[in-house]
Amino acid sequence: MSTATRQMHLAAHFPGVNNTTVWADPRSGSQIDFSSFEHLARTAERGRFDFFFLAEGLRLREHNGRIHDLDVLGRPESLTVLAALAAVTDRLGLAATVNATFNEPYELARRLATLDHLSEGRAAWNVVTSFDAFTGENFRRGGYLDRADRYTRAAEFVATARELWDTWTPDGTPRPFAHRGQHFAIEGEFTVPRSPQGHPVVIQAGDSPDGREFAASTADIVFTRHGTLESGRAFYADVKARLAKYGREPDQLKIMPGVTFVLGDSDAEAQERAAEIRRRQVSPQNALLALEQVWGRDLSAYDPDGPLPDIDPDPGSSLVQGRVRHGDPLAVAARWRALSEEKGLSIRQTVIETTGRQSFIGSPRTVAEQLTEFVAADAADGFILVPHLTPGGLDDFVDRVVPLLQERGVFRSEYGGPTLRSHLGLAEPVWKG
Amino acid sequence: MPATAPLHLAAEIGGPPRYDPGHYTGLARLAEHGALDFVTLGDSFARPGPDALAVLSRVAPATGRIGLVPTVTTTHTEPFHVASAVATLDWVSRGRAGWYVDVSTTGAEARLFGRRPAAPAGELWREAGDSAEVSARLWDSWEDDAEIRDVATGRFVDRDKLHYIDFEGADFSVRGPAIVPRPPQGHPVTVVDGTGGPARETAARHADVVLVRATTPEQAAAARTDLRRRAAAYGRDPDTLRVLVALTVDLGDAETAPEPGLESGPPLAAGGSYYRGGPVDLAELITRWHRGGAADGFHLTPISPGRDLERIVNGTVALLQHRSLFRTFYPGGTLREHLGLARPANRYALEGGRA
Repeated sequence: MSTATRQMHLAAHFPGVNNTTVWADPRSGSQIDFSSFEHLARTAERGRFDFFFLAEGLRLREHNGRIHDLDVLGRPESLTVLAALAAVTDRLGLAATVNATFNEPYELARRLATLDHLSEGRAAWNVVTSFDAFTGENFRRGGYLDRADRYTRAAEFVATARELWDTWTPDGTPRPFAHRGQHFAIEGEFTVPRSPQGHPVVIQAGDSPDGREFAASTADIVFTRHGTLESGRAFYADVKARLAKYGREPDQLKIMPGVTFVLGDSDAEAQERAAEIRRRQVSPQNALLALEQVWGRDLSAYDPDGPLPDIDPDPGSSLVQGRVRHGDPLAVAARWRALSEEKGLSIRQTVIETTGRQSFIGSPRTVAEQLTEFVAADAADGFILVPHLTPGGLDDFVDRVVPLLQERGVFRSEYGGPTLRSHLGLAEPVWKG
Repeated sequence: MPATAPLHLAAEIGGPPRYDPGHYTGLARLAEHGALDFVTLGDSFARPGPDALAVLSRVAPATGRIGLVPTVTTTHTEPFHVASAVATLDWVSRGRAGWYVDVSTTGAEARLFGRRPAAPAGELWREAGDSAEVSARLWDSWEDDAEIRDVATGRFVDRDKLHYIDFEGADFSVRGPAIVPRPPQGHPVTVVDGTGGPARETAARHADVVLVRATTPEQAAAARTDLRRRAAAYGRDPDTLRVLVALTVDLGDAETAPEPGLESGPPLAAGGSYYRGGPVDLAELITRWHRGGAADGFHLTPISPGRDLERIVNGTVALLQHRSLFRTFYPGGTLREHLGLARPANRYALEGGRA
């Protein structure tokens, strides 16, 4: 069998609380009404997607000591809204991002097992960790978890959840459990029988060496940011190579980058649209804010249509709270300056040029080809698509790209089974009684 | 209470543990067919069963009017998560959510979490009150018109209408604001069993609906009077409190029973006083107590929901409707509207003088 017919997996990311999501578009709907979630989930199911994905926030982001007001803000609690979506979908997987730092294994394992029952085997959990005192201000646990403890606690958390999911025998008899570890010492009885998938699907998104190792040992899916062909292939090879030492086969872990897309009737029209979307994503205010996020300084006096600042970034800045910082700020600033000087770009133009480019741009045929090629080249097992519009941002993709993928034989035309594990081709975990 | 005060009815749909959503959806639809104010679904870490809030969220899109009130315990759950989940249930049900506050008193429950030992009920109910206070503040932490989508200035929200809640309690502190925008009802409905003990104080201070177990109308009336007095002492308008008599009901097989009435219940009837009789007898009892001013309504826990809820709806409720004592359809869309409770003003908007 040639690699051209390798099956891909597709997931739909509900548009996030960041500037990828364009709210100023007249077609932009509510980020909180249930109808928006229902529309996107039904669209994804119509397209025979593997799953629907929700991110999480536990504190509103701040910038320069004030709540960040330029991006879409406000979202529901993930597991609760997914339980409701289980009522309006039949096959679509339902993935919730839930923080392991600000939850306890017993309660979260119970909520996830409940969702798996209520959806008849469609639940997934994207495990994230957090260690900042900023988010901790909303929780009993409060402050600070040492960075080194993040993954040990998360790993023990997931292992404990799996122990709890295994406590009932497959024929439905509850048995007591006792777990004693570095982070958790708990015992008793779990209140939920083994769920339809055995264990809900586990997703992991860390990119550091620790994160990759954690994914290789524990996860069913890796949600990655490596959305270009070159970095995707490197990441894919690296993570898949780590599986053997845990006794796992390469196809037991699916690698799915989060990607954006823009469609047009022609490639040229799609490029024009993509540029227009980037301009909308990077408003003058957002351009200054992006600059401040790199520089770690108050740059509100600068003209977004003027040149980049001469002063250097403050690498130890706490200007930005509640947002993940990517990369070394000094290196990023140097790259931006070089680009600005080379092409004569303003602040806003530089930000648009460097941060806004969509992953896949073109006619439906072009995008279908690119996606297929990406998977055939071992850069991904599939994609988590991030639309820029709520709730209609996936409509065109499902109506125009999915049929082409199906024609090419690289994506399912019908669901083969009832559970998310069956969509992903993952076996039910062996019961460890 | 005037004799014409509206009657409120609610029913518990929990029973022996079930994990299939169709079971719960069927019961909630049945209760909705009877135009009941709300259904409750009990929950505890101490016995088998699914997460009740998730179950009622699963039920929400399959129902249109009935209020959905899961038990949510506050002893081992983060207050921030409680507020977010209940607010989300209100969003997915378009304004039909409540939460039935409870505490986890046992050492067995404490060992499931391993974070703290079991504590006395008084301490736990004070903490539950703090949790209710945090929820109410978080639900107010977004003003209704905080989202502005102002293209000219690039601002999605007016951050002056988002508020830190800065709650500092004996057991936890919460900074805020909420992640979830203010829910459709402003505040989802808070339900507390205020029969006695430390829970009554928490009920008087924080609850919209208080359940009381009583075996005589006089006992129920006395509890209602006491709760209204205590609520007033907290600066609340007592008319914003709905006191429902909690009865566990066994409707047997007949329309009427030879000796209907209340009896002291077996241990399993922890949800209220134990009523045994036929659906018609139950309608008589409800009519008598309600006309006498003993209660604003009733919360019924069928001993066997699959059997008894159908009898409550098609027998008891149908008779009450026939007598024009109970609504035959829902004039409103939200649980607060069913209960005749106003959508609360936002405390922070009031402070800012913009209400």
